[in-house]
Amino acid sequence: MQLALWTYEGPPHIGAMRIATAMTGVHYVIHAPQGDTYADLLFTMIERRDARPPVTYTTFQARDLGGDTATLFKTAVAEAYARFQPQAMLVGASCTAELIQDDPGGLALALGLPIPVVPLELPAYQRKETYGASETFYRLVRACVSSTPTATTGAPVSCNILGPTALGFRHRDDVTEVTRLLEGLGVAVNVVAPLGASPADLARIPEATFNIVLYPETALTTAMWLERQFGQKFVNIPPIGVGATRDFIKAVAALAGIDATEYMTRHTSRLVWYSRSIDSTYLTAKRVFIFGDATHAIALARVASEELGYEVVGLGTYAREFAREVRAAAALYNVEPLISDDYLDVEAAIKAASPALVLGTQMERHIAKRLGIPCAVISAPVHVQDFPARYSPVMGFEGANVLFDTLTHPLMMGLEEHLLGMFREDFEFSGDTAPSHLGGGTIVAPQAEIKADAATWDIEAERELRKIPFFVRGKARRNTETYAAQQNLRVIKIETLYDAKAYFSGDAA
Amino acid sequence: MNQITPIAEAAGCTQSPVLRERGQREVFCGLTGIVWLHRRIQDAFFLVVGSRTCAHLLQSAAGVMIFAEPRFATAIIDERDLAGISDANDELDRVVGRLVSRRPDIKMLFLVGSCPSEVIKLDLSRAAIRLNKSLGPDLRVLSYSGSGIETTFTEGEDACLAALVPELPASDAARLMIVGTLAEIVEDQFTRLFTELGIKNVGFLPARQAAMMPSVGRGTKFLLAQPFLAGTALGLERRGASRIAAPFPLGVEGTTAWFTAAARSFGIADAHIAAVLKAPAERAQHALARQRATLAGNKIMFFPDSQLEIPLARFLSRELGMVLAEIGTPFLHREHMAEELALLPGGTFLSEGQDVEKQLDRCRAAAPDLVVCGMGLANPLEAEGFTTKWSIELVFTPVQGFEQAADLAELFARPLRRRAMLRV
Repeated sequence: MQLALWTYEGPPHIGAMRIATAMTGVHYVIHAPQGDTYADLLFTMIERRDARPPVTYTTFQARDLGGDTATLFKTAVAEAYARFQPQAMLVGASCTAELIQDDPGGLALALGLPIPVVPLELPAYQRKETYGASETFYRLVRACVSSTPTATTGAPVSCNILGPTALGFRHRDDVTEVTRLLEGLGVAVNVVAPLGASPADLARIPEATFNIVLYPETALTTAMWLERQFGQKFVNIPPIGVGATRDFIKAVAALAGIDATEYMTRHTSRLVWYSRSIDSTYLTAKRVFIFGDATHAIALARVASEELGYEVVGLGTYAREFAREVRAAAALYNVEPLISDDYLDVEAAIKAASPALVLGTQMERHIAKRLGIPCAVISAPVHVQDFPARYSPVMGFEGANVLFDTLTHPLMMGLEEHLLGMFREDFEFSGDTAPSHLGGGTIVAPQAEIKADAATWDIEAERELRKIPFFVRGKARRNTETYAAQQNLRVIKIETLYDAKAYFSGDAA
Repeated sequence: MNQITPIAEAAGCTQSPVLRERGQREVFCGLTGIVWLHRRIQDAFFLVVGSRTCAHLLQSAAGVMIFAEPRFATAIIDERDLAGISDANDELDRVVGRLVSRRPDIKMLFLVGSCPSEVIKLDLSRAAIRLNKSLGPDLRVLSYSGSGIETTFTEGEDACLAALVPELPASDAARLMIVGTLAEIVEDQFTRLFTELGIKNVGFLPARQAAMMPSVGRGTKFLLAQPFLAGTALGLERRGASRIAAPFPLGVEGTTAWFTAAARSFGIADAHIAAVLKAPAERAQHALARQRATLAGNKIMFFPDSQLEIPLARFLSRELGMVLAEIGTPFLHREHMAEELALLPGGTFLSEGQDVEKQLDRCRAAAPDLVVCGMGLANPLEAEGFTTKWSIELVFTPVQGFEQAADLAELFARPLRRRAMLRV
């Protein structure tokens, strides 16, 4: 048993719903008790979809358990087929139905429907949403493609884009951006799946020259199978940030047998110049804490470090399936990787790292708000705000433009920071009010822990400390107290403050 | 003002046939009630013993992840518990221990049963007894089921309050008990009105603190403030209390009848009742006039959700002139709903339970001007051209009593006004 306050991922059947809802011509029948229909609102409310997810629930109740829940399931499948006429059907159980062991797959196959019926075995007490999405996509692709590939000799070079789902972080716009990029390179996009694809489209996947794994969480398993089955190579570099986009283009060019040099001289991101422009100097070594799904967390660490000159002080993921990749990335930045789906662990790690910026999910947005730290959302789990009305990809060169804005706007601007340093006693820039871009109001600052043996501040030193701009004051206080402890000082005077400043100068801000 | 009068046989919809449906039910389960119950009982913690789905539902139903550390959580059952590798009861004790050490301020802990805990027959009432021995008396541990196989949405509150009933202190003193979660502002208004009416000994179930729960006994008369409390009412009756039959305090008419029924049962003269209720009732009627201009003549359909549907339909048709298409309710309690049914226009189409696809077909055929439905259906219906009111807001908003009557009407009027405003 695990105590959970908030969860990063839903159960695996939610992952299956993200596949079914992304597609056309698919219907998913879930053996599930009354109440599990809550999942519909994830799609209709958070993503603002204008149609119900293509999902039928049996919604059995206690009185059905004594009777024949198997018949209830068969009836639901038959009625859903008659009403929706899908090209393929997914059938499975939610957590409770898994316990009553009605065998949805066997029951549905016994109906002899004239379409592919794909039974989903998603162990609800072991696995989670991401696994459910990946497994469902894989099963569905296997059920829809024919085992003998069609001859593609002489056809122009093409690829499939695999991985985008419903309820994904910016998937809609990423697909548009990456499609545009590929077409610019002269590589045709054969199928995008699951987002927007039908089972008939899945059947055409083997016709492409190679695959692009846009989101490994959903598509890597499928891409590996397609490689084994049809010899389709795949590109597994999510093009998030300038460097990753260039790496992606090179990998695509290699598989497509084309020369991308000219394309790369003509196309770039404004991030490259904006980051070099002198106003960005203030971004240097800003401490950033990054947490999210593996793809976005790893990619954003690279963007933050290599492309904005931040210092990565924390990196983690809730997705244990990709713990290895995140550990490897954390090693690059010399930080301890945080692999946890316990919200309280993440909160504690952020508090301990005291970053200047948090890049995370909706959960970290709330943690950061409470701690008074600027934050930008860079990964699922998502909220209605993560489906902006405007075009807002995070992939490709336009995505890098978006990321420059996303990663810098929550911070104070360079000139503003200098003015604060000069006019440090300005009554309007009080450390007790939250910055206007965080909505103003009073900061609920984490209380500094008072240690029994901590040095005390004399009045003069305390007054001097108040003159230091509030956004570095916490660090100045910590450094001074650490220094005082090292020097066995019982009282901190003004001299101690400046001794500590000199001692620690050169460390990252 | 319509006073409470003995109801004539077959008045309104008392004898009307009801369409009973058993198909896909697009409703929340009883766990959802935790979202408001944990705000109401301010020193209680709700621990769902369930699956990741339960945790995800609570998080999604709460809509926003606003509470950094909420007073509810889920003990997620995993395969080790199911395979018997670990004893589920030991595991539960361990999780509760961790919880209690984190939150020593908690005075009442509800172990809330879920679909999986019911199916594997994890006996939470016995677990509660065991935990009471080790954690009591400072912490009271209770249990109830909010599972979807046993409860529909607001029935979770009924199960929670029913679990509280045996715990209430005993007293046979004459007193009035108001049953059902109300917003604090509504509770304060009601307390003032009862005082003016001359009823002094008034308690509310649930109270705001675990230690403040009202006493119950043969002198207790109780008045339901919410229409979904069948189990709680039974429990109170078993402890000697008697129910005051009344419509529900929604709208001017319902609120007047509700207060009147209570006051009369305490022997208060009609003239005094009328004098006390006159000013707030008139003020509320005045406030309703503006909404009436928007709502009158519009056809409304209810999908089943909270069991508030029938009282709401009564209010909207009688005080605001709306035309009633189908009124769906998840469950129809004929006894508690008797006064409401008598007030509904004769021939109103009532349905109980749900087969959502068929009901959507009926909705399209009836073409109502306003559809009241859950969040899973609202945007898709809007996209089809319907105007909708998502129903969970009716449970999360203070809507009872005189001062809230116009706010309640506004919830229905706003979607219609908005649709009329938009030019895109």
